[in-house]
Amino acid sequence: MSVADFAFYAFGFIILVSGLMTVASKNPVHSVLWLIATFLGATGLFVLLGAEFLAMLLMIVYVGAVAVLFLFVVMMLDVDFATLKGGLAEYLPIGLLIGVILLMELGMIFGVWQFADGAEAARAAITPNIGEIHNTAALGQIIFDDYILIFQLSGLILLVAMIGAIVLTMRHRPNIKRQNVVAQMHRDPAKAMELKDIKPGQGL
Amino acid sequence: MIEFFTTTNLGIALLILGQSLLIVVPLLVALAFLLWGDRKVWAAVQLRKGPNVVGAFGLLQSFADFVKYILKEIVIPDGADRFVFLLAPMITFVLAMMAWAVIPFNEGWVLADINVAILFVFAVSSLEVYGVIMGGWASNSKYPFLGALRSAAQMISYEVSLGLIIIGIIISTGSMNFGDIVMAQEGPGGALNWYWIPHFPMVFLFLISSMAETNRPPFDLPEAESELVAGYQVEYSSTPFLLYMIGEYVAIVLMCALISILFFGGWLSPVAAIPDSIFWLLGKIVFFFFIFAMTKAIVPRYRYDQLMRIGWKVFLPMSLAWVVLVAFFAQYGAFWGTYARWAVGGG
Repeated sequence: MSVADFAFYAFGFIILVSGLMTVASKNPVHSVLWLIATFLGATGLFVLLGAEFLAMLLMIVYVGAVAVLFLFVVMMLDVDFATLKGGLAEYLPIGLLIGVILLMELGMIFGVWQFADGAEAARAAITPNIGEIHNTAALGQIIFDDYILIFQLSGLILLVAMIGAIVLTMRHRPNIKRQNVVAQMHRDPAKAMELKDIKPGQGL
Repeated sequence: MIEFFTTTNLGIALLILGQSLLIVVPLLVALAFLLWGDRKVWAAVQLRKGPNVVGAFGLLQSFADFVKYILKEIVIPDGADRFVFLLAPMITFVLAMMAWAVIPFNEGWVLADINVAILFVFAVSSLEVYGVIMGGWASNSKYPFLGALRSAAQMISYEVSLGLIIIGIIISTGSMNFGDIVMAQEGPGGALNWYWIPHFPMVFLFLISSMAETNRPPFDLPEAESELVAGYQVEYSSTPFLLYMIGEYVAIVLMCALISILFFGGWLSPVAAIPDSIFWLLGKIVFFFFIFAMTKAIVPRYRYDQLMRIGWKVFLPMSLAWVVLVAFFAQYGAFWGTYARWAVGGG
């Protein structure tokens, strides 16, 4: 067993165990922490595949940003999780059924997997040689040169979704005090306060 | 003997272990003296003497503190989540150490010479927020939790502008490898060839953002003792607290190293006639640590809304505009190709 094989099985083991613990943990915060461990395991698999750029993106975006927000939400929730977990026995058969069906489907796909005649050649034609170009540069080539329109459009869709979310949640409350930062910064100390020389024993 | 270390699995593992120790041990020893220096600078600004009892000039103060931290009792609060409570400081410590794997100390002196080194450092430092959140949550107490929330929001906010500033450097170099970034700054002009001139405004933005990112004064709001007692560290004592503190300081030194490598030519010497060496990098790191220490000593703490405003409304638009500007300069070869050093950096 080479080092890469060993690393693959180690990461695979981490992903499986932490995925299981994500579902099985009693405390939802622990669930999220296990989920993060799953993400990190997937990062390791990406590195093993030689896709180091994707691995780092997964770590920065999912683990560093998305999962943090997730953790926040879960920490803030005020739900009695004991009652939520109470229905376990009730839903277990359905859950198992769905799991078995998924597993069978995967098995069937794997059993009858075939390549079309031209598939290998078609894949090799668009995959640049890793010896000549870094995969970061290859990805950039594809995203920003070959498929720039699709990339920009998907960015636009995200922008619209973001604006929509902001519009839906923003409300203007009329009767609250707001800070005017520019006005605050341009206040003149000479106009705002007055220094008085107070004699001892006299007061103002 | 050499074959054993370069061909067999066990040999390679031992070699990497040895190299890691070669980074971690000197780093921790250096940190002890940097901590001492930090306190001395702080004391000097306030016209105090600072630590001066243990060893000559108090040089061994950090080691005395170390022994004290180790020997104290570990107090775990009653309602705390024991596992997460003890895991959090370890995460902070390990992550802070991990980023050093890709930092080059001299030409070719790097543990992991990977293509996406700069992204690796960025990814690891974006994970550091977990140490804080987990610690704050696991303590099961009000002040640590508030401190953790503040800290997480602050670290995420300033990561955005740090990332954008780094993108400018990547565009200029055409590579994400630290070695390439440093070599792209080499030239007959010495210090005049470094990135601090073409990327001048970003040097300050990066310095300030890295202070905020590492929760360093004037942005030490997560542990603002006047409001939050000590933030997410309130319930921590003894060794777990020591791990938090070391993790925090290692992250600060890492930021100093990043500034030196990205903007000030890493191990390159400022005058072309003097040979490059690791001592230049170490000297630059110590210099920036001194600036961090001085800032801590002379600048008052920011208010929280000011911190957020400066992060999102000043730094983010500025660094975003800078990325666009650098992209244009690099594409059209403006300023005699200063912004496009792809031939030197490769890629």
